[in-house]
Amino acid sequence: MASKTQNAPLDAKKTLDLVADQFQTLQILNEEGQVVNEAAMPDITDEQLQELMRRMVYTRILDQRSISLNRQGRLGFYAPTAGQEASQLASQFALEKEDFILPGYRDVPQIIWHGLPLYQAFLWSRGHFEGGQIPDGVNVAIPQIIIGAQYVQTAGVALGMKKRGAKSVAITYTGDGGTSQGDFYEGMNFAGAFKAPAIFIVQNNQFAISTPREKQTAAVTLAQKAVAAGIPGIQVDGMDPLAVYAAVKDARERAINGEGPTLIETLTYRYGPHTMAGDDPTRYRTADLDNEWEKKDPLVRFRKFLENKGLWNEEKENQVIDQAKEDIKEAIKKADAAPKQKVTDLMSIMYEEMPQNLKEQYEIYKAKESK
Amino acid sequence: MAQMTMIQAITDAMRSELQNDPNVLVFGEDVGLNGGVFRATEGLQKEFGEERVFDTPLAESGIGGLASGLALQGFRPVAEIQFFGFVFEVMDSISGQLARLRYRTGGKHHAPVTIRAPFGGGVHTPDMHADSLEGLMAQQPGLKVVIPSTPYDAKGLLISAIRDNDPVIFLEHMKLYRSFRQDVPEEGYTIPLGKADVKREGKDISIITYGAMVHESLKAAEELEKEGYSAEVIDLRTVSPIDIETIIASVEKTGRAIVVQEAQKQAGIAAHVVAEINDRAILSLEAPVLRVAAPDTVFPFPQAEAAWLPNYKDVLATAKKVLSF
Repeated sequence: MASKTQNAPLDAKKTLDLVADQFQTLQILNEEGQVVNEAAMPDITDEQLQELMRRMVYTRILDQRSISLNRQGRLGFYAPTAGQEASQLASQFALEKEDFILPGYRDVPQIIWHGLPLYQAFLWSRGHFEGGQIPDGVNVAIPQIIIGAQYVQTAGVALGMKKRGAKSVAITYTGDGGTSQGDFYEGMNFAGAFKAPAIFIVQNNQFAISTPREKQTAAVTLAQKAVAAGIPGIQVDGMDPLAVYAAVKDARERAINGEGPTLIETLTYRYGPHTMAGDDPTRYRTADLDNEWEKKDPLVRFRKFLENKGLWNEEKENQVIDQAKEDIKEAIKKADAAPKQKVTDLMSIMYEEMPQNLKEQYEIYKAKESK
Repeated sequence: MAQMTMIQAITDAMRSELQNDPNVLVFGEDVGLNGGVFRATEGLQKEFGEERVFDTPLAESGIGGLASGLALQGFRPVAEIQFFGFVFEVMDSISGQLARLRYRTGGKHHAPVTIRAPFGGGVHTPDMHADSLEGLMAQQPGLKVVIPSTPYDAKGLLISAIRDNDPVIFLEHMKLYRSFRQDVPEEGYTIPLGKADVKREGKDISIITYGAMVHESLKAAEELEKEGYSAEVIDLRTVSPIDIETIIASVEKTGRAIVVQEAQKQAGIAAHVVAEINDRAILSLEAPVLRVAAPDTVFPFPQAEAAWLPNYKDVLATAKKVLSF
């Protein structure tokens, strides 16, 4: 038996270890807000650092208010974002206006900061078509419900940019569970084969509803799934805004230089439930695990970092919080004022020109609605 | 005018639109250098370059996603699914995504995408090549589904499909690709989507059909004529939405109708046509509207095709049943 092992053509353990070694976690700021990797420090101004902090605080408040508005029945579908601010906002912060975002259902913050008005994000949550009427010049798709679909579409958007000769990228997001989908692989592989300017982000928040990441795959990192597409992959500390920013900036640079796509895995955590539709994380997550990740909070470490540089203080933070609350109140009011949807509205947005069956049904509903 | 087979007319339509609109892109598995497994895209890459006509990796879902994404960048994709039996791989991209894009974004985005795919029995293809799955597509709001039966129709309908600013599924029957030639104008012309064509006028019975069954119905109509019956053959050409006006006018004239499809009885779109006739013209009917369709089994093993596929004899028998009701 022993000699048989010696002659084995494959050293399985060595193969797996060699691959894992290529995907070490990139971290720039540790939990105490200290720079632990000066070499990887992105080129970023003090004003940009403050703006990024402002957006992260704002989005934490947006999450708190969204949960409470959902509980009051004033919002509909809502997937909590607290904990993922670095992963979501520092990645968006590395983009330019002409870049196109294809978000998943939890990625509403990115498209808000890319230009979608807040009241429309609320209308999307409630289920009103005006929520999807993205303003001209705002390069985003609406949040994708079918997990993985945004990945194959991103390959197409990126190829389109390449064909147009644009110096821009398509960026998309999915979660840890989403990496098990066929479309996840197909999207990366297509973008790789076409050398298209795409950035694929996997926000590994450890759980797909109740299923822990270990039950999705035996792979030790999700970043290494890039290998299957023959594209670069990187794992970053997703609770570290500077590491996320640096990784996306770098991927963007390579993409617009014609070097193709990148897969970025952000190690992060959602403090809240999967969605507000009855998920109870205490059924599958321990308090110990929650506490462990709360220590890694992206806001805490970034606040410390900025305070040490004299760029942040309580007053600044309170201003942001007040502003966020004020904006949210206004946005909800504006959403409330949206006209109630009529069936004839829904019919008129199906096709450029209504086919016979819809024309006929339109008249029936128009008569109903005029009563 | 030139004498063309249906496949030549299809190539000609794509050539015409590639010339006409720089946003038109043709892509799929083996459609580039190889010119397609049926030669539908023969010569197009050579003429228009790899930027416009290109091969993709072997993944239907990825092809559908590619079409969605390219549409978001202002292109007009004409994507090929090698055989329509493979549509199951790309059902989300078509029905879950492309069909809903305009609606979901309240008209802000739209998908001017044409999906071309061969289908249809009678040529002894392996499993999952010949299935008639137009019924699945016809049930999806947001799509149009077109099935030509002649070279002339194929060219005009495909040009219309490509120019349409909403997604169109364009299904090409394999048995009709090269079965006959017809005069086809060399310039680009269009045939409106959603418009049926009366392929033969008659006054005793309406035979409503599409795809390869158009030719079986025409053959049956000739036989009926020998027996003194005059059958009107309506080729739907677009199976979603169907041309209610043409169907009802015919049924009101003849008072009798059958619907003929190659798909299984529980599939296809015949039940929908029957329901519309019942809704709108029951007072004109001398007899119930009967259907000619395949048995409700999985598509046959190649050697059983002849016994399984509906043909003109089935059309003839069903027409006589209705005529003597």
